[in-house]
Amino acid sequence: MFNTALTWNDLVFLAQGAGMTLMVTAVSVAAGTVLGIVFGLIRVQCGPYWSAPLTFALDVFRSVPLLIQLVLGNALQSIMKLGWPPFTTSCVVLSLYTAAYCTEIVRGGIGAVPPTTRRAARSLGMTWWQDMRYIVAPLATRVSLPSWIGLTLGVMKDSALVLWLGLIELLRASQILVTRLQEPLFILLICGAIYFIISFPIARLGGYLEKRWSPND
Amino acid sequence: MFNYTFHWNQALRSLPQMLDGALVTLQIAILSMAIGLAIAIALTLFRLSGNRILGGFATTWVEIARNTPALFQIYMAHFGLGNFGIHLSPYTALLVGIAFNNAGYLAENFRGALKAIPDTQARAGRSLGMTSLQAFRYIVMPQMLRIAFLPATNQMVWAILMTSLGVTVGMNTDLAGVTQELNARSFRTFEFFALAAVIYYVIAKAVTLAARAFAWRMFRY
Repeated sequence: MFNTALTWNDLVFLAQGAGMTLMVTAVSVAAGTVLGIVFGLIRVQCGPYWSAPLTFALDVFRSVPLLIQLVLGNALQSIMKLGWPPFTTSCVVLSLYTAAYCTEIVRGGIGAVPPTTRRAARSLGMTWWQDMRYIVAPLATRVSLPSWIGLTLGVMKDSALVLWLGLIELLRASQILVTRLQEPLFILLICGAIYFIISFPIARLGGYLEKRWSPND
Repeated sequence: MFNYTFHWNQALRSLPQMLDGALVTLQIAILSMAIGLAIAIALTLFRLSGNRILGGFATTWVEIARNTPALFQIYMAHFGLGNFGIHLSPYTALLVGIAFNNAGYLAENFRGALKAIPDTQARAGRSLGMTSLQAFRYIVMPQMLRIAFLPATNQMVWAILMTSLGVTVGMNTDLAGVTQELNARSFRTFEFFALAAVIYYVIAKAVTLAARAFAWRMFRY
């Protein structure tokens, strides 16, 4: 196992794969969070009745496997002759996937702000926007940041599935090396270690924030 | 915009095949969940035991399961174990990978649930003459399972969705695998996968509703 044919260039190749994983994650989480905040606000403001179609649509993204979503997204973009490269398709699908989860987090965060606090803000003469900006946003962020970090890590791990569309991210890169060097265990261990190194400190930070920021302490 | 004719008939004609695949999917999900549950309870006991080696083992398992992609874990079972001369079929590899993942997440759920149970209860059990295993079995575990039931339901839905990853290691009997094979024969990608998506959605919703009904029946005060 330790007499490996792995060269420096192969490690660089893996690192490039990791870079691709991080890039896909960053784009999807950024877009997904913005969409999630918008959808979350719509769901809170419009009430369960009027936002039912949105709720259903987002629920679909959470109840269908991501792999199927990616395949469908790719098929749809070729049917519509959009000519997107795999990177764009992956990011679009992952963004919607992220948005579906982020909506729930945003909704939970807004729901955790006591209505009395918001009414107090409004009766002090704040507008709806001011109430949202200065009262709800800080309190809701405090509640939802830990789960948002969890979501980001989840998307980072799920982004491994974009290999199905032919994007060379970390797991696909290691698979290519496995095919060439025939040392599956060693290379996969390196790949897993990279995922772990990216994910573990951030997960710990999330856990710390959850403890540090929980409102009832 | 659409210069494309959808051929839904073709997909609908292979619906029986896909439903057979859905059964395999459900079977893997349930098996992996049962195995995962058993291992998670064992890991929770290891963590509670105060033994540093067992506790360290449990923590390592949980952290690896939670901090690497499920697909990586399945690859590890399928390709990685080959180094030790263990060659698993796609079915077994998928089952092992998902069970490993489930065990990690469920153990973490149980840890959260345990925090909600006052340890005075276990101590009361001990002072009534129960052994520590009895106190865990009859006092702590029923409450732990009740609190962890909802997160476990989510994990079950996750397990169903994760079975679709089997297609990447050559699984061709579960829903995703069957769909991929039909797709390779006809190139009607969108139709077949849309139908698969509908089936996955129905299964996921059915499981959620069944779990809710079960919880209502079991955990009512």
